[in-house]
Amino acid sequence: MRVVVDLTRCQGYGQCAFAAPDVFRMGRAETLMYTLNPDDANRDQVLRAAAACPVRALVVDELGPLGRPRKPNGSRTATTTPGRGGTPGGIGRIVIVGASLAGLRAAATLRTQGYQGSLTLIGDEPCEPYDRPPLSKQVLSGEVAAEETVLPMRAELDADWLLGTPATGLDLAGKRVLLADGRDVGFDRLLIATGVRARPWPDPAEAALDGVYVLRGRADAALLRRRLRDGTGSGVGRVLVIGGGFTGSEIASACRELGLDVTVAERGPAPLVGALGEAIGSIAGDLQREHGVDLRCGVTVTALEGDGDGRLRRARLSDGGTVDAEVAVVALGAVRNVEWLEGSGLAAGVWGVGCDAGCRAFDVNGIVSDDIFVAGDVARFPHPVYGYQFLALEHWGNALTQAEVAAHNMISAPTARWPHLSLPVFWSAQFGVNIKSVGVPTFADEVMITQGSVADRRFVAAYGRHGRLSAAVTFDQAMWLEFYQDLIERAAPFPPDFAMVGRPPDERPVPAGIPERISAIQDATVVVTGHNPDERRVTLLRGHE
Amino acid sequence: MTGASAFEQFLDPDNRADPYRLFPELRRTPVARQPDGSYVVSTYREIVALLHDPRVSSDLRNVPEVAAIELPPDETAPQLPPEFIRRDPPDHDRLRALAMRHFGPPHRPGRVRDMAPRMREIIGELIDGFAGKDRIDLVDEFAYPFPLTVICELLGVPREDEPKFHEWSQILVATNDPSTGTLVDRNLLRFRTMAQLGRYLNELVESRRGRPGDDLLSALAAEPELSRPDLLTTAALLLVAGHETTVNLIGNGMLTLLRHPDVLERLRHEPDLAVSLVEELLRYEPPVQMPGQRRSALADIEIAGTTIPKGAVITLVLASGNRDPERFADPDRFDPERRDNQHLGFGGGIHYCFGAPLARLETQLALTELARRLVNPRLVADPPPYRRTANVRGPRHLPLDLDGVHPRAAG
Repeated sequence: MRVVVDLTRCQGYGQCAFAAPDVFRMGRAETLMYTLNPDDANRDQVLRAAAACPVRALVVDELGPLGRPRKPNGSRTATTTPGRGGTPGGIGRIVIVGASLAGLRAAATLRTQGYQGSLTLIGDEPCEPYDRPPLSKQVLSGEVAAEETVLPMRAELDADWLLGTPATGLDLAGKRVLLADGRDVGFDRLLIATGVRARPWPDPAEAALDGVYVLRGRADAALLRRRLRDGTGSGVGRVLVIGGGFTGSEIASACRELGLDVTVAERGPAPLVGALGEAIGSIAGDLQREHGVDLRCGVTVTALEGDGDGRLRRARLSDGGTVDAEVAVVALGAVRNVEWLEGSGLAAGVWGVGCDAGCRAFDVNGIVSDDIFVAGDVARFPHPVYGYQFLALEHWGNALTQAEVAAHNMISAPTARWPHLSLPVFWSAQFGVNIKSVGVPTFADEVMITQGSVADRRFVAAYGRHGRLSAAVTFDQAMWLEFYQDLIERAAPFPPDFAMVGRPPDERPVPAGIPERISAIQDATVVVTGHNPDERRVTLLRGHE
Repeated sequence: MTGASAFEQFLDPDNRADPYRLFPELRRTPVARQPDGSYVVSTYREIVALLHDPRVSSDLRNVPEVAAIELPPDETAPQLPPEFIRRDPPDHDRLRALAMRHFGPPHRPGRVRDMAPRMREIIGELIDGFAGKDRIDLVDEFAYPFPLTVICELLGVPREDEPKFHEWSQILVATNDPSTGTLVDRNLLRFRTMAQLGRYLNELVESRRGRPGDDLLSALAAEPELSRPDLLTTAALLLVAGHETTVNLIGNGMLTLLRHPDVLERLRHEPDLAVSLVEELLRYEPPVQMPGQRRSALADIEIAGTTIPKGAVITLVLASGNRDPERFADPDRFDPERRDNQHLGFGGGIHYCFGAPLARLETQLALTELARRLVNPRLVADPPPYRRTANVRGPRHLPLDLDGVHPRAAG
């Protein structure tokens, strides 16, 4: 059977670990690790756990691969096929490009909302949709095999799956998706959910050294896990993690759990600085050092050096130092999968695919399309709560909620459409601590500890911008997150001026230490041609790095 | 009772058999100020918000008139600090985590699950005792002794001491109930009773000195970070809450099954149904209708168009939230397979019921076995007589007529 925990909802009550201790395991306080595809022998336990979850965060499937019933069930299949009559709006063919979390959730939402037309999911990987967060956690630590991360499906999807078939182009006028194998698939409505991939090491020769890894997909995780397992206990080899963001920090955590020596090289002044700012990032840095990580901040890796056999031996750092390492994991963020949209006429580039709050894609002229929708990591959308700034979020929870909004809007009349307004929420489990965030911490100038204690590594940090609360980050204090979410949605003042349980005395706001960053979309270069309103058009120039 | 508010009627023991018919009226004012200045909250969304609101304290020492209560120095037992459900972070978190260390994950993840075989044994023996009877009291002969035996064994409290602590336990439950007196009187009685229960538990701890068992009391006594007074209140909390609530969940459960014979029949053949059925019971007939009267506002709280002023006592009527039609479709229907059943039966937030996993397992096993083994059980009286208290609600007696009992399952 298959299980996934919506850790965006999870508040760490631990009821699943009581009911099914063989499947769910709590860390120090509220981190939850679990087996995604547990043995059927544990079925009874898992169903008890799912029923016991106070926030109903467990999703369990009783269906077989690709959303079809596990046992052949002729009657069900027979009744759905003739039912393909299209929706009331005349939408009879929906294609989803990207068969991962967002694509799968969109497909499920279309069906649960009554869409009966044809549904095609196109994915470049040959496997069923799987869950990525465990790849840098349970999979690296060896608790869960990389192949056992397949996502559950709650409903029968009755979809055509084109897996291992990358999309290579989009013909907007002809309403066709072009495939690598030469075929094309026509659509009435299209959802783009192609996500991101790991940013590769910039030097291809160095990247090709044996021992240099990235981590994004399940195959990456399987390779890295094998290497780490072989390194465990042999007493040789240090792991160098290049980049101290969430993925890099989680990899470092998993390595320490395995007893491996780890160096983390982070360009900024602290790990997680790009997401949480320096003030809170430096606490995460302390956590790393307490767990034995050799953390080097303010440095970049300038070169990776191999031996005569092409095996990684050493990394050179920008401060002149070197790190002897046999394994290096490049965790320098992500690149959006938009190449297939080049020349399509959509506003797609390094920033992702631009869309409105209703998930409708912009064309290069900035006009929204009624037929092309975007969701998940590849989308860049305006968020009214954050000054209508365009956000691109690589969050599990955003993939779900945005996919639901997109799916709903694809089959709804214009007046019945939903805006994608949910506040961003993400989590990370590292070094035994559950870090959760609501809002946009980088949209802040100050931060203060409002509950708990930094020394205990259990606290709430509230972020503020121009006197308004903009985000909150918890370390092992997830139960309070919803309260802050509500305050943010009400545009509550910052700093909070009221008494709270666990509020430490004498805390004051400090600079959040958010790095200056130029939005990727500012790199977009366009040429405007034409003079009259009916002829003015934009052309997007390629070639920006 | 003309002119009585919906909440006053809810407290009235005459309405104990069916408080649910009062809730629609109660929910008309989601956050309602009472004549004594306290606030009653009855709608799902507002209850959930306040359960997660750090401006709400569980420590009544933040209410000046309660903070002023002190037992006279000539009392026979020393006054104890409040137990962790009546404390705020960081003390609450520390004390709860210390107790959890010996009860559940991460240190003892399988402890509750591994109690199942012993629970089945106790259940089996109690039902065996019905043989040859054509009338039983399900409360006195099953729903009370079963969880009591379980918690005594878990804690390491001698089962035969029940007559000693029974009355203290009853008083402690009643002192939570706003219908039993003023806040000050009730808390004075609570402190005094807690001191006496604490003295009894202290003697047990002392007698265990040097020969600890695999019980919670021994384990907690060995915790260097747990002071003796905190140990005693923690143990008192687990002992009282460990049986005074589950007795009602099982009593309410059997009553509900007998009122829904189709569900009882299903449970006989589909024991797996017990899992979702118990969750629905916790929504539909929760034994804890409100978590006592022990929360207060540390700051002005604006909610549902009302401002709860700083210092006000807050009562969350969980049972009413569980029947809120804004949250639950067809809320007055008992649906043992209800989806998305995010009920408030165990509360929520940092004070979420500590013993929830134990109560769930006990009730799942008990109802399954009762359904399977009782031959043609019939209610003698509907409604049955209820306990007086409104906060902890359940039948005081549940007389049933039987045509016998089936033998225990083999193995």
